[in-house]
Amino acid sequence: MRPFTFERATTPEEAVSAYAAQPHARFLAGGTNLVDLMKLGVETPEHLIDVSKLPLNEIEPTPDGGLRVGANVRNSDLAAHPSVCRGYPALSQALLSGASGQLRNQATTGGNLLQRTRCPYFQDLTAPCNKREPGSGCSAVRGVNRDMAVLGHSEHCVATHPSDMAVALAAYDAEVEVLGPEGVRTVPVAAFHRLPGDTPQRDTVLRPGELISHLTLPPVPAGARAAYRKARDRASYAFALASAAVVVALDGAGTVRHATLAFGGLAHRPWRARTAEEALIGSRAEPQSFARAVDAELEAARPLSDNAFKVPLARSVAVHLLTTLTARADDTPNSAAGI
Amino acid sequence: MIPQRTATSSTVTLHVNDTAHTVTVDHRTTLLDVLREQLDLTGSKKGCDHGQCGACTVLLEGRRANSCLLLAVAHDGAHLTTVEGLGDEERPHPLQQAFHERDAFQCGYCTPGQIVSGVGMLCEAAEGHPSHATPGSVLQRATGAPAELDRDEIRERMSGNICRCGAYPHIVEALEDVTEQTLRRTDGAARRTEGVSA
Ligand SMILES: Cc1cc2nc3c(=O)[nH]c(=O)nc-3n(C[C@H](O)[C@H](O)[C@H](O)COP(=O)(O)OP(=O)(O)OC[C@H]3O[C@@H](n4cnc5c(N)ncnc54)[C@H](O)[C@@H]3O)c2cc1C
Ligand code: SF4
Ligand code: FES
Ligand code: FES
Repeated sequence: MRPFTFERATTPEEAVSAYAAQPHARFLAGGTNLVDLMKLGVETPEHLIDVSKLPLNEIEPTPDGGLRVGANVRNSDLAAHPSVCRGYPALSQALLSGASGQLRNQATTGGNLLQRTRCPYFQDLTAPCNKREPGSGCSAVRGVNRDMAVLGHSEHCVATHPSDMAVALAAYDAEVEVLGPEGVRTVPVAAFHRLPGDTPQRDTVLRPGELISHLTLPPVPAGARAAYRKARDRASYAFALASAAVVVALDGAGTVRHATLAFGGLAHRPWRARTAEEALIGSRAEPQSFARAVDAELEAARPLSDNAFKVPLARSVAVHLLTTLTARADDTPNSAAGI
Repeated sequence: MIPQRTATSSTVTLHVNDTAHTVTVDHRTTLLDVLREQLDLTGSKKGCDHGQCGACTVLLEGRRANSCLLLAVAHDGAHLTTVEGLGDEERPHPLQQAFHERDAFQCGYCTPGQIVSGVGMLCEAAEGHPSHATPGSVLQRATGAPAELDRDEIRERMSGNICRCGAYPHIVEALEDVTEQTLRRTDGAARRTEGVSA
């Protein structure tokens, strides 16, 4: 690891100006990803700005009935907060499906969104990787690519974004609040991470030196149910092969009146399934129409040599979620029951 | 102290097992390395050094964390508990005792991390934290009552601690023993028994 200088910021503004003064800096939050990557030599900051003590710890209701979450709220605290368990159960479930108890105690909301890909070549300094070293090539596109993307990838990078939390946030239409040298701006989570194109070194639309300060979750439509489901190689403590978050509401006649669906493990960002959503809304809530809607989305999939299995896996995860969530119409609304 | 911008090392104070230690650390040093190499507390183990195995688990401000991913410089003033702080041979912690009674180890390398993680896990459960094994309907009630810990819950909540010897069945039994003791002790309190009646 390369030697570095260190400072602790006490206000968000101070953190932003500290970064502006030191371009080879990184913000340090829980450190569970950054310190790991520094040990591997993938990240080589000359200066760390500790943002983990900034007063961004609140989880508070918004006037419109949503929730605002500070960037420093720990993953475990967010998952266990009663307003999240009751109002945004898919977010709790997504957080609880990620990493381990120890890591979730340390990992922050901001750091989780900005965690880097788990592509093994990205972490291996001896392998070409366009994300780590632009122009060096992509080892995964024709290498070991079982865990890689099936949607939205390019010949320059086929990595997936590993966050479970971000998938649930995308399905809930959450927004990221960002503070930069030019002030505050807001970006929808679903548009926060980029597709790789020919610049895979940029994971997100965040500009260098911008600080994530909050997340905002809008109110969930009345009567909606939601859940997150993750398929992986082990029952616990493994990244998603494919995952899905669903928020769905029916009208009295059993027709879908609201549906959002986001996939994880399939792309360089949480994949909002807009085509499937369009097909779902107004359709009858039954497995056949769910399957048709999900298939319409997954038609765009372009699997690599080793990961074609992800397409039917994602399909069954999503169809199962939709079916389970809509099966018991007389249950409590906004329910994750049985999942 | 406020480190100078040109300095690549700093002096920090760590409160470990109720004793304050002031040490100078290269900024690259993790808490695990400070514990083992500067404070001679070698109970916390280095398995992977990448947050994957849990052998280095300590309690940081009462909550379990992987000390191999914590930079010492970022934890000036922090309070830590290591396995040495839980108990000793004369007065072992109930979970240390249970590991002994259940023969919950083979080589013992993962054991300190398992025990500290188990202590942290039981606190989280007592505070009502859900887990991935918690059914959606229970999660959504969010009563704040202590979580009911069956084997699936214990296994899920302990998945951040790897045992290369595969001593898992006995580790789960040791944790079950202490879970029951904890519940028996708090049997009188309505808040505690609600949701653990099974
Ligand atoms: C063994 C292991 C297993 C894991 N399994 C999973 C899993 O199954 N699912 C999953 O989703 N995740 C998993 N993770 C990843 C984990 O969730 C992330 O490491 C964690 O969420 C990162 O949060 P942090 O606060 O520690 O971030 P840090 O490591 O501190 O920071 C990460 C990045 O974000 C930047 N940053 C941090 N905060 C801010 C801010 N406020 N504004 C701007 N930039 C910021 C940092 O500069 C850095 O680039 C796993 C990690 C490990 C080590
Ligand atoms: S998939 Fe992306 S991250 Fe992985 S080697 Fe290729 S360019 Fe690098
Ligand atoms: S040594 Fe820290 S988790 Fe393995
Ligand atoms: S007892 Fe040997 S690693 Fe667990």
